[in-house]
Amino acid sequence: MLSIKNLQAAVEGKQILNGLNFEVKPGEVHAIMGPNGSGKSTLASVLAGREEYEVSGGSVSFLGTDLLEMSPEDRARAGLFLAFQYPVEIPGVSNANFLKTAVNEIRKARGEEILDSKAFLKLMNEKMKLVEMDKAMTQRSVNEGFSGGEKKRNEIFQMAMLEPKLSILDETDSGLDIDALRIVSNGVNALRTPDRSFIVITHYQRLLDYIVPDFVHVLYKGRIVKSGTKDLALELEEKGYDWIKEEIAVGA
Amino acid sequence: MSEDLKILDEVTNSDYKWGFVSNIESDNAPKGLNEDIVRFISLKKSEPEWLLQWRLKAFRHWLTMTEPKWPNVSYPEIDFQDIIYYSAPKKKPTLNSLDELDPEIKATFDKLGISLIEQQRLAGVAVDAVIDSVSVKTTFRETLAELGIIFCSFSEAVHDHPELIKKYLGSVVPYTDNFYAALNSAVFSDGSFCYIPKGVRCPMELSTYFRINSAGTGQFERTLIVAEEGAQVSYLEGCTAPMRDENQLHAAVVEIVSHTDANVKYSTVQNWYPGDKNGKGGIYNFVTKRGICLGDRAKISWTQVETGSAITWKYPSVILKGDYSIGEFYSVAVTNNMQQADTGTKMIHLGKNTRSVIVSKGISCGRSQNSYRGLVKIGKNASYARNFSQCDSLLIGDKCGAHTFPYLEVANKTAKVEHEATTSKVGEDQIFYCNQRGISTEDAVNLIVNGYCKEVFNQLPMEFAVEAQKLLSISLEGSVG
Repeated sequence: MLSIKNLQAAVEGKQILNGLNFEVKPGEVHAIMGPNGSGKSTLASVLAGREEYEVSGGSVSFLGTDLLEMSPEDRARAGLFLAFQYPVEIPGVSNANFLKTAVNEIRKARGEEILDSKAFLKLMNEKMKLVEMDKAMTQRSVNEGFSGGEKKRNEIFQMAMLEPKLSILDETDSGLDIDALRIVSNGVNALRTPDRSFIVITHYQRLLDYIVPDFVHVLYKGRIVKSGTKDLALELEEKGYDWIKEEIAVGA
Repeated sequence: MSEDLKILDEVTNSDYKWGFVSNIESDNAPKGLNEDIVRFISLKKSEPEWLLQWRLKAFRHWLTMTEPKWPNVSYPEIDFQDIIYYSAPKKKPTLNSLDELDPEIKATFDKLGISLIEQQRLAGVAVDAVIDSVSVKTTFRETLAELGIIFCSFSEAVHDHPELIKKYLGSVVPYTDNFYAALNSAVFSDGSFCYIPKGVRCPMELSTYFRINSAGTGQFERTLIVAEEGAQVSYLEGCTAPMRDENQLHAAVVEIVSHTDANVKYSTVQNWYPGDKNGKGGIYNFVTKRGICLGDRAKISWTQVETGSAITWKYPSVILKGDYSIGEFYSVAVTNNMQQADTGTKMIHLGKNTRSVIVSKGISCGRSQNSYRGLVKIGKNASYARNFSQCDSLLIGDKCGAHTFPYLEVANKTAKVEHEATTSKVGEDQIFYCNQRGISTEDAVNLIVNGYCKEVFNQLPMEFAVEAQKLLSISLEGSVG
C-alpha cells in the first residue's frame, strides 16, 4: 500500500524528517507516537502533498506509483485521505455541497459515474449514522462555527463518504471528550476492512484502546526509532519517551 | 511563488467569452459631440420638441461640468470628441414579426443565450434587447399589456406615453446630477421603459439585455421604471460587449420610482468586456442608478453582480422618502487582471422608520483594484431610521487591492446605523483542504468564492443566480495557479 524509503523533508529551511522508513500493508492500522516536534504532523503533511514542505530526499510509493510526483488532489483521488488536526472553515459552502463536489471528483477519477442528488443524499444519510451526525450539520457551512469535537467528527464523516484506501488521522483525538472519542473511534472501526489501511497519529494511548493498532511506532527526530505492537503504546504511556531517547543516545 | 499564487495567476488569465463581433450594418452619427449631434440624435428618433430642449439643456449644463476625479480609479483622459454617440443597426426591424429581425442580430442574441422567441414564456422572462444604441425587440409585450403593464423601448415610450416620460424623466436623476448623468441626458439613444399600474404584480421577470457592438461607440441608455401604488416588479439587466483594443464608454442612467406599497427589485449581471490582461481595451462603465421610494412602505432592492468592465463607477442608490420605506443593496464586484472598480451605494433616509440594508462583497484578483464606496445619510426628520451595512473584501493573490470608503452622515439621534467590514484572503489552507478532498485548485477557488458571495446570489432570481455563478467562475479563471 504505502512504502516510504529514507524520506527527508524540511519546512522553512528546517530539516524535520531525517531518513524515515515506513511500510504499510493493506488492512493494517499503524499508530505513530512521539514527543512534540518529532515530525509526526510533518509526515502527514508531506504525504498529503502540502506545498510548504520540501522533500529533499527519499521516495514514497503509494499503490505502486510515485506519490511525491502527484498533486495533492491526485493523491486524494488515488485514495489517500488526511483527517486534519485543524480542519479549515469554508464560509458559505454547505458541508453537503462541499462533499458532493469532492465525492464526484473522486468518482470521476476512479472512472465511476457521478452521483446525482438523490443517490448522494442516500449515501450521506447512510454515512451520517456512522458518526452519529445530526442532519443539520450537513447544511451548515463547512466547519464554520463547529465545536472542536464537531470538526473532528466531520473529518471522519468525510472519510466515510470518500472511502479512501489509506487514511491518515492527524491527532484526531486531541480536544475530544470521552463521548466524542468513542464516536470517532467507532466511525473509524466501522471503516476497517482487509484492504483499507490507517495511520493514526496520536499523543495518547487512550485512543488506541478504541482503535486497536497492529503496530505502534515511535517517531523521534524525524525517524522511526522504535516499533512494536500495541503494548509499546502502554509502555510509553507509563514511562514517557526519555528511556527511548536514552537508548538512542547510547546506540549513537 | 507558492502553488496557490501560481494558480491565482493563471486563473486571472482567462479569455472573455462574449468577445464576438456581429457583422450588423449600422447607421452611425459622425464622431464627436456638439449641439448638432444632440439635434441629430433627437431627429433620428423623431422626438418631440420638449425632449430636444431637455437634451440641449442637459448638454449645455454638461459643458460647464468637469469629470469627477474622486473615484479610486485611474485611466487616461477621455476624449469626448473621439466617440460616436449614435449607432443603430441599419436594417430597422419591425416589432410585429420576429421573421423580419436582422438574422445577424438574432444570431447575436442566440450567442448571448437570450432567445427572443416567445417560447421564452416558459422561462417567464420578458426581454428588451438593446444593441449599441437602439432597442431591438421587446418580447411579451401583448401579454403584459393585458395587465396594463408597459414594457417597451424608451423611444417608443416617448411616442406612445409622453405624459409618463415627461412626468418621470429626470425626476430621480436630474441632468444636473453629475457629469455622466448630464452627458447621458444629452445623448441617450434608447433604453427601456417599464410601467406597472396600481395594484398589479408583474407576473414575469422583465429583462433588458445591453450589448455594445460597433467600434468606437459609446452606449448611453436610459432605463425608467415606475411602479404605481402597490405594484410589484422584478427587473433584470444583462450586459456584454465584444473585445476591442480601444476603450469604450458606457454611461447609462437608471431611474426607479416606487410609489406607496410598491416593490421594485432590480438585478444586474454586468459582464462588459474587461480589457485584456495587460489592461488594454475594455469598457468604462460610468453609470448612475438611483431609485426613490416616494410613498410609505415602498421598497427598492438593488442586486448587482459586477464582473466585467475595465473600470466600474457605479452607486445604485435609494432615496427613502416615504415613511417605513425600505432600500436594499446587495453587491458582488469581481475585479481581475487590471480591472478597477469603485462601486457601492447611497442610502438617503428622509422618511421616518425607514430601513436600509447594504451587503457588499468585493473580490479582487490579479493586479486589480476594488473599492467599496458607500454613503448612509440619515436626514433630520428620519426618526428611527435604521441601516445595516456589511462590506467584505476578499483578496486572491498578493498583487491586488481592496479598499473601503464608508461615509456616514447622521442628523437624527434616534437613528441606528451599523457597519461591519471584513477583509480576508482565500487561504492556502482552504485551498489545500479542498485539494486534499480531491477538488482541484481552480474548483476550490470557485467553491470558496461562491460561498463568500452566497448571501448576494440568494437575492437573485434563480436563472440569474446560475448565470452569475458561471460568470464568476469565468472571471476567476486564471486567478489561481
